[in-house]
Amino acid sequence: MSMKVATRQVDGVTILDLSGRITLGEGSVTLRDTVHDATAKGSKHILLNLENISYIDSSGIGELVSAFTSVKNSGGELKLLNLTKKVHDLLQITKLYTVFDIWDNEASAVSAFK
Amino acid sequence: MRLPDSTTSRASLTLGSTIDSVEVVERTAEDFAARAGFDEDTVPNIAMAVREAAVNAVLHGNAYDPTKHITASFEANSDSLIVRIADQGPGLDPDTVPDPLAPENILRGSGRGIFLIRAFMDEVHFRQLHPGTELTLIKHRIPAQPPA
Repeated sequence: MSMKVATRQVDGVTILDLSGRITLGEGSVTLRDTVHDATAKGSKHILLNLENISYIDSSGIGELVSAFTSVKNSGGELKLLNLTKKVHDLLQITKLYTVFDIWDNEASAVSAFK
Repeated sequence: MRLPDSTTSRASLTLGSTIDSVEVVERTAEDFAARAGFDEDTVPNIAMAVREAAVNAVLHGNAYDPTKHITASFEANSDSLIVRIADQGPGLDPDTVPDPLAPENILRGSGRGIFLIRAFMDEVHFRQLHPGTELTLIKHRIPAQPPA
């Protein structure tokens, strides 16, 4: 199953609800394009909801990192919400868990954007 | 594909240099690992390691060249699951692959595939094929115990 994205706005935060797989090819490209579109439209605060991401590979991890750095370089912030155990473990193994700002409660995550 | 009914199961695939091939190799690895009796936490890790090896073969080895193929062989015996993935690319020296955990590399957008393969498998071996590279990935049924 490829990745799907639903976009919504909550208190000035662009929340991207992702579902499916973030892997080499379509999933990674969809994530890249979606985050790029959001920043191009002026979104500075982006929250990636990964609750329904069933699988992510090294390309997907790389795409999350690239999204994080591109939003940061454009003066914004990107946070992660609701990691599955699998994604949590992968970010731990790759030492990225402390790089990202990770939340398990949407309201708290939204409030955390400055 | 049908697995032979014996204590040792084997299969081998020759596939084009496409993302679809990566998916086929991943599903075959998952099937082999499950039928070999690995637990539900280990099977996805094996499948991911094999997927990453197949991605390396298709993307970095053969560079999606339609004239080149990858081969994937699977063997499950009483001791281990052994997967070999080979490409026809220019060759890969694993010693030249940057450490993705190093502070200067932690924010790179790529370069974590081989690290994940090593994280999830018990043994990983590289062999130069002239041309190409073969990765052998081994998962033991019972993890090796450290020396006393």
